Amino acid sequence: MTAFLAAAVIAGTPLLFATLGELITEKAGNLNLGVEGMMLMGAVMGFAVGLWTGNPFLALLGAIGAGALGAAVYAVLTVTLRANQVVTGLTLTIFGSGYASFVGKSFMGVPAPASVKAIFATMEIPLLSSIPVIGPTFFKQDIFIYFGYLITICASLYLWKTRKGLNLKAVGENAAAADASGINVNLYKYVHIILGGALCGLGGAYMSLVTIPVWQENVVAGRGWIAVALVIFASWKPSKALDLSVPYFREDR
Amino acid sequence: MIKITKRADLPKRQEYVIRAIAILFSLVCAGLVIAILGFNPLGVFQQIVLGALGTELRIQQTIVKAIPLIITSLGILVAFKMKFWNIGGEGQIIMGAFGATLVALNIPETLPAPLALTAMAAAAIVCGGIWAFIPAMFKAKFGTNETIFTLMMNYIGIKWVTFLQYGPWKDPESQGFPKIANFTPNAVLPSVFGVHIGWMIAIVLVVLVFIFINHTKKGFEITVVGESIETARYAGMNINSVIITSMLISGGLCGLTGMIQASAIERTLTATLSGGYGFTAIITTWLGRLSAPIIMLVCIAFAILLQGGAYLQIAMAVPSSVADMIQGIILFFVLGSEFFMQYKLSISGIRGSKKEVA
Repeated sequence: MTAFLAAAVIAGTPLLFATLGELITEKAGNLNLGVEGMMLMGAVMGFAVGLWTGNPFLALLGAIGAGALGAAVYAVLTVTLRANQVVTGLTLTIFGSGYASFVGKSFMGVPAPASVKAIFATMEIPLLSSIPVIGPTFFKQDIFIYFGYLITICASLYLWKTRKGLNLKAVGENAAAADASGINVNLYKYVHIILGGALCGLGGAYMSLVTIPVWQENVVAGRGWIAVALVIFASWKPSKALDLSVPYFREDR
Repeated sequence: MIKITKRADLPKRQEYVIRAIAILFSLVCAGLVIAILGFNPLGVFQQIVLGALGTELRIQQTIVKAIPLIITSLGILVAFKMKFWNIGGEGQIIMGAFGATLVALNIPETLPAPLALTAMAAAAIVCGGIWAFIPAMFKAKFGTNETIFTLMMNYIGIKWVTFLQYGPWKDPESQGFPKIANFTPNAVLPSVFGVHIGWMIAIVLVVLVFIFINHTKKGFEITVVGESIETARYAGMNINSVIITSMLISGGLCGLTGMIQASAIERTLTATLSGGYGFTAIITTWLGRLSAPIIMLVCIAFAILLQGGAYLQIAMAVPSSVADMIQGIILFFVLGSEFFMQYKLSISGIRGSKKEVA
């Protein structure tokens, strides 16, 4: 039972990152349907950099960069050039999946390097991990999952307790009013869309490096779309995203 | 200082010029990417065109790929005209295919083909329509977000067919392999000029949808609701009924695509039958400026890219995913170019002199 729950947490982590990324994007008033594409770009760049350098931090940085780059293209088109968000997002998904399968062509079936996997080894948190059921499920995991908890908390605090977070919500809910009160609307949109993309990229990298640690075609397998839906199920609250991404993992892939 | 002003009206010629420049830029950019990847860009473009149109057989294959795109795009068009973001084409295609298969597996082998095919098409339109009707009804009654709703309906449809494939509809003669029984010959669309008659259906539908949107009352109502719900309400239109009608048509057309794919291409029902057409159609519809004839041309161009991309792999050992990337890059540029059609950029100098840049 606890093994199953712990596996569910591992499987839910990419979803958590992607959901948080999309949540922040949507708070800025943009629906980015390119999550799947950004996750794939992150997955392939994370894997490729990990393979070439053997350095886990560079790998994650690569994933962040790839996700952010995808989101930046989306931001230029939808914010500055006011293109249709739905179509731009879908285009990003097409581009991202093409990019991932092209870059990944040369290392199809290659396992993730051991030096990168080492950083994702299980780390117990003392005391907390000895709580029955909850301990082994949530606190006997790898560092990336703890990082997920941390980001969730940070995102919650940021959105509800800081001036910038409240400004962001104003931008998303009524851009004209936010502009009138002196907020730089476009800057807020750019920063948060790109931040959201970076989180999606990280989620993708977790897929290719930990969940399925062998490169394969379409490694994200539709999780990006699930993340888009989870944002709504989570009613745009990071804490709920954490509760939800765990049971929504899919074992069939 | 760069100033952005909205354009009042853009002459048709200038619109084409901007669009042509965008496509040219995107080809240059795609060429650069291809060159960086270590291939000869001109060679790649040439092979894409050759691969799609080089021989009679390849042209036929390209048309086969264009047919589902065109019909699905027409369905999406009817929804988009109303600003109803139907992302559920995939699900509607697969449910249409399910409807067609339901009929195909239960008719006697001796039934004449025209009757069998008509019944299958009708079932497909009904099933696809129902799949679109559910989100439309929720949107009309409760104001739910249709983008997410239709997106999620895709997964229900795909999983439903997967369930049938592994469970109740598993072919007992397939020796344990999870597949649904093949259609009998009377349930397979006939061919004309080497391509199944889906191409005739597609052309007829382009004309019908064009007339429906531009020359009928219902089509006009859909356009008005899309432009401004307030205006529609003021004019006394029944908005809920417009939403539901247009989504029934939209889903019905997507469902018909499912029937054509199941009957002519797969000759059975599979969970992967929709092949991403539901998503690609959204892009072709948008690039076609929500106009049926232009959409047909865009779909053919896309089919050339798809078919040519598949050929690249054989001809130049370039992975077909390069074609996906080229698609993405072209789309990015065309989407960006729309800004320059709606807005005018002017650079005002120190003394306030203005110079137009686009």
